[in-house]
Amino acid sequence: MIRFENVTKRYAGGQDGLREVNIGVEQGELVFLTGHSGAGKSTLLKLIGALERPTRGQVLVGGRNIGRLPPRQIPAHRRQIGMVFQDHKLLPDRPIFDNVALPLIIAGLGQREVQRRVRAALDQVGLLKRERQQPGTLSTGEQQRVGIARAVVSRPRLLIADEPTGNLDPELSLEIMQLFGRLNEVGVTTLIATHDLALLDRLGGRRITLSKGQVVRADN
Amino acid sequence: MNLAIGNYFVRHAQSCLSALGQLCRQPAGSLLTIGVIGVALALPAGLSVLVRNGEAVAGQWESARDFSVYLQPGIAMDTAEALQQELESSADVASVVLITADEALAQLADSSEYGEVVGVFDDNPLPHRLVVRPRDDAVPAGLATLADGLEQRDEIDLVRLDTAWVARLNAILDLVRRTILLVASILTAGVLVIIGNTIRLDIQNRRAEIEVSKLLGASDAFVRRPFLYAGFWYGLGGSLAALLLLIVGLLLLSGPATRLSELYGGSFQPLGLAGSTALGVLGGGLVAGLGGAWLAVARHLAAIEPKI
Repeated sequence: MIRFENVTKRYAGGQDGLREVNIGVEQGELVFLTGHSGAGKSTLLKLIGALERPTRGQVLVGGRNIGRLPPRQIPAHRRQIGMVFQDHKLLPDRPIFDNVALPLIIAGLGQREVQRRVRAALDQVGLLKRERQQPGTLSTGEQQRVGIARAVVSRPRLLIADEPTGNLDPELSLEIMQLFGRLNEVGVTTLIATHDLALLDRLGGRRITLSKGQVVRADN
Repeated sequence: MNLAIGNYFVRHAQSCLSALGQLCRQPAGSLLTIGVIGVALALPAGLSVLVRNGEAVAGQWESARDFSVYLQPGIAMDTAEALQQELESSADVASVVLITADEALAQLADSSEYGEVVGVFDDNPLPHRLVVRPRDDAVPAGLATLADGLEQRDEIDLVRLDTAWVARLNAILDLVRRTILLVASILTAGVLVIIGNTIRLDIQNRRAEIEVSKLLGASDAFVRRPFLYAGFWYGLGGSLAALLLLIVGLLLLSGPATRLSELYGGSFQPLGLAGSTALGVLGGGLVAGLGGAWLAVARHLAAIEPKI
């Protein structure tokens, strides 16, 4: 599903984001990406989402070379990936329903299908009854669940999350991670970046550890 | 496939209406922008209505190209009639009317102002007069030559040729027309800038929304659409405001203009807003609206790239 071949990312300032990274994630896997902040976790996710281009090497997602994707094809590529962010990136002036519906509206689905799928996604994260509320009226954990609902509403084959529990206490963090686990069980390839090692010890699962832009440990 | 096309139109309609909704949510700002656009479009259109009226007035006075040939007093009728026939055969002349001294005196006697004066004279002091109407295609220079030639002749006392001011009026109208074109171009460019700047601010205010949409895989066309529709609405609103200003303005002017025309004894009816001018205002507004939005979108949307 995801394959990095000798990927190096050097930023304009000269610092290395990634150095000679080789990793692979198979279809249907759940993989945690760990390491200290600044180790290159975010850079790796950005390369997958075509938010950055690699300086050297190949980033393959579903067999396509993302680093060489023409700008016109980037939106279609992003529509195939569900992304979850540490600060959830919800639009504060839109109700929960509209926030979750946005990927479907971008994809051009009909109104009925949008309603059906948004309700299903909100049901999955347990927030169906809150669909008319504004994001500001929800707790941080609930907002993150809305972010996850938005990421999975278009039924992507790949889900990537950048520090999704970064702002949550251990209890809520575990809840969110279990939610990712359930989504993975229905076949969504999931890649989660986190530096919360204590949480990972409770969850298990395959880990890839980065340090200073290099892979220092990759489970099989 | 049909469903996909249907969805496409539904999305455009949604985008179009939601852009209108955005404008309505900030009524003060939107009305101000639309008002400025309206004034900028109404100004050249109003001037062009004035020029059209000027042309109509000048057209009514085309008969002022007629010129009068006064014969020497005491010239015989035969000579006058011979001269009339000679002039009628001239290439530049359409018709010649002979007003004899007796007819002229009778006219004068009929007029209220000078009627009493006529009785003072023992003899008729008035000369015969030929009123010459040039052909429509006669050029002013040819008429001037004809008039000069006539004035040289012994039996003719005076030639009164009054075409110069009509030519001057036409020249002035030409100049004003050109000026209007220039002013219209400058103001339309102004409208383009106003709308472009409004859309630029709009883009800045909705930066978060644009970033998130791009993160979720929105194409450039998707992100661009609401702003282009906003430009369309600004252009349409501005044009309608301009038309309203013009209609009210012309309504206010038509009374005094008719009165002035009556004082000159003319049957001149002031002309209102021509359909072509109204269409021009509408078209200009829409082109400037969409164009300004497009410029702003092309410049500023590309600069917004999502960050995580």
